[in-house]
Amino acid sequence: MSLVNYASREITCKIVYYGPGRSGKTTNLHYVYGQVPEERKGKMVSLATQTDRTLFFDFLPLDLGTISGFTTRLQLYTVPGQVYYQATRKLVLQGADGVVFVADSQSRQLDENIESFQDLHANLGNQGMDPRTVPLVLQYNKQDLPRDMIMSVDELDEALNFRGVPRFAADALHGIGVFETLRGIAELVLKRLASPAEAGSR
Amino acid sequence: MALDVRSRFDTFVVGAANRLAVSAARAVAQSPGAAYNPLFIYAASGLGKTHLLSAIGQLAKQLQPDLRVEYVTTDELVERLHQAVTRGETEAFRQKFAELDVLLLDDVQFLTGRQETQSELLRLFNVLQRSGKQIVLTSDRPPAEIADLDDRLMTRFSGGLLVDMGTPDYETRVAILRRRCDERDVTFAPGVVEEVARVVFANVREMQGAINRLIAYQTLGEGDVTVESVHGLLGDRGNGAGHQRLTPKSGEYESFLSGLAVAVAQHIDARRVKLVELTAEWRTQGYRTGALERALQSKETTDPDALVKEFEHKIARLRALEQELVALDPTQRGSVQFRDPAALEELERLAETLRAESVPPPPPDGSLLRSEFEVGPSNQLAAHAADAIVEEPGRRYNPLVIHGGAGVGKTHLLHAIGNELAAASGGAMTVACVNASDFVNELIAALQDSAIETWRGRYRRVDALLIDQIEMFAGTERTQDEFFHLFNTLMEAGKQVVLTSSRAPRTLTDLDERLRSRFEAGLVVEIQPPDRLLREKLVARVLANAGVTPSSEVLHAVAGLEMPTARDVLRVGERLADMAASSNGRLTSADVSRVTSVRRSTPVHRATPSGDAHFGDREKTVWDWPDLSGRIIEDLR
Repeated sequence: MSLVNYASREITCKIVYYGPGRSGKTTNLHYVYGQVPEERKGKMVSLATQTDRTLFFDFLPLDLGTISGFTTRLQLYTVPGQVYYQATRKLVLQGADGVVFVADSQSRQLDENIESFQDLHANLGNQGMDPRTVPLVLQYNKQDLPRDMIMSVDELDEALNFRGVPRFAADALHGIGVFETLRGIAELVLKRLASPAEAGSR
Repeated sequence: MALDVRSRFDTFVVGAANRLAVSAARAVAQSPGAAYNPLFIYAASGLGKTHLLSAIGQLAKQLQPDLRVEYVTTDELVERLHQAVTRGETEAFRQKFAELDVLLLDDVQFLTGRQETQSELLRLFNVLQRSGKQIVLTSDRPPAEIADLDDRLMTRFSGGLLVDMGTPDYETRVAILRRRCDERDVTFAPGVVEEVARVVFANVREMQGAINRLIAYQTLGEGDVTVESVHGLLGDRGNGAGHQRLTPKSGEYESFLSGLAVAVAQHIDARRVKLVELTAEWRTQGYRTGALERALQSKETTDPDALVKEFEHKIARLRALEQELVALDPTQRGSVQFRDPAALEELERLAETLRAESVPPPPPDGSLLRSEFEVGPSNQLAAHAADAIVEEPGRRYNPLVIHGGAGVGKTHLLHAIGNELAAASGGAMTVACVNASDFVNELIAALQDSAIETWRGRYRRVDALLIDQIEMFAGTERTQDEFFHLFNTLMEAGKQVVLTSSRAPRTLTDLDERLRSRFEAGLVVEIQPPDRLLREKLVARVLANAGVTPSSEVLHAVAGLEMPTARDVLRVGERLADMAASSNGRLTSADVSRVTSVRRSTPVHRATPSGDAHFGDREKTVWDWPDLSGRIIEDLR
């Protein structure tokens, strides 16, 4: 997809929230949606099961208005976290400009986090995208849970953030860290504009 | 309006809530028109918008004293516009604002319902932005929330950098209060300032009002303000009644948007943006910008500046070519190719062709004038026809064919017509006057150089075509063919054609019938051998030119001589002039007889006409050489 269209003065970024099931990807989108002024609200498409689990994916188009003369749109997607929705994840990942990996901070979810993170790398590779250069940030969600239930930011860094990408502690349910994460990934995506060589290798 | 000298960057307390706005404002002041244009700052009342505007103006003036900076509130702008309209000075109003380098416009939210001011501002915006002048705007709300704001203004307001300023955090509030105390040279007991900072105020202005009250209390000798007395002294304010909290959780979305705006401003390729802007401008000028648009879409484009430079160069070339080509060929005016850089090569070729075509065909000989063409009964018909043509070229006699024997003055009359036509039009008419054999040679050269189209173009663009000795076309199939088409083209366009021939056109059997019939369709006039009157006039002219005034007896004698061509007459006249020169300007009938005897004693060597048409041309060949004795006598004289 065209990231920056100078001719029509449009910036469109596709950002995919990736992570294990129930880590809070859809919650992130819901919080963002709730904060968007009414006049800017698009329609959030959420295909969820009866038990509120993402069946296919969520899609939130964010029309940010004109920024520096560019009509700026963010398209936020989530993938279904459950292992058996592999095909959907691949599909949603296509053409992504940036990825937010939402990890569940609960200690017992560590294996799921790692498995999903590996799955992300594998899927990026399958799409012909270099996992080392795709803009990526980590969000350690559910940091509001009792200390004894969760891993600290440092511990999660140790387990997941071997590339040293930006990471954000979050409590998506209450909105903590949600916009920081979104801004982090948006900045990384925009930064790639400045280095066309890297962008071209995608 | 004058800027408030106290409102500078160094008196503005920077905190997290306004850091972005201050950075942008400083960047704008340091390089107006280059960083963020326009810069739109929005914040609730009392948070420092006007202070920032003033700071921008002062820093910009400090760095570049020659800058024309104008600070104006929206209300004042409206008022000034109304005054200008009332006084009929709208143009002066526009002119004044259009000449600014930096326009600082405060409180644009008051544009609501001011349609005329909005229209005027839109116009001003376009003018200033086109010339790279800086515009800074403030408002208490973002452009999208200004009611009744023209869409075009809204997009322009949002087209640069949009930054907001939030309410200051506690630390910033303390810093603001401390600075105010320093300015007023007042020292409060420890903890007082911090306590005031904790009190709830709607904005910084109100907070400053509160500290002013405390300062007044303390400096007026009412006793020192203590932490405990703060709330009592500030009354309702101190209790926070009726006010919202100073540090409400400001909209996360807006904060996110501001941050993203900075990231976008940092990372978009300014050179590409410039390319986009120029592309749009060129497109509005009617130029085809497809190549630039494709380049913009392409990731391969690594140097937009080079593209801009190349395109600018092409446009400059297109403009130059348009000017040149329209001058060469007015029918090219308005051609869409002049707006298409891809057509540049084609236009260069066209220019080359037109330039070659524009080399005018041979003009008439300037020395053969109508005023020197003497008229007698033998040539008066031709002379009258010539004059009629000069009067109304292309209308009266077209074509005019003048025929007659060699030396009777056809060529003179032809060139004279050409000169008269050119003179009558003030030089505007392109008159081609060419000998038929030269015409043939030009065609051959054009064929040789594969420049036949250029050759055709040269002749088709003339206003009058005069060809001498048309009989020379005999035996030249291609020339006759080309001439046939040229003749038709010119006749259809109402251009004058004059031809001379040694014989009547109907007898030119070597020429195509289609040509002969067309020659006959105009006026065919014959010039007879010079009559007596003409002979007399010609000799009189030659002698007059030599400063000799002959007696009527001499002229009578000369006119009585038998001379078949005007050239013969002129030659006799010249000899008489020579004789007059050697006899103190006096001529007698005897002199005429002597000239005659010399002529008679001169045997005429008639060269055998060869097959070459040139040698068959009596006019171009010297037939009458004096014999040896004659030449010696001439030399001795």
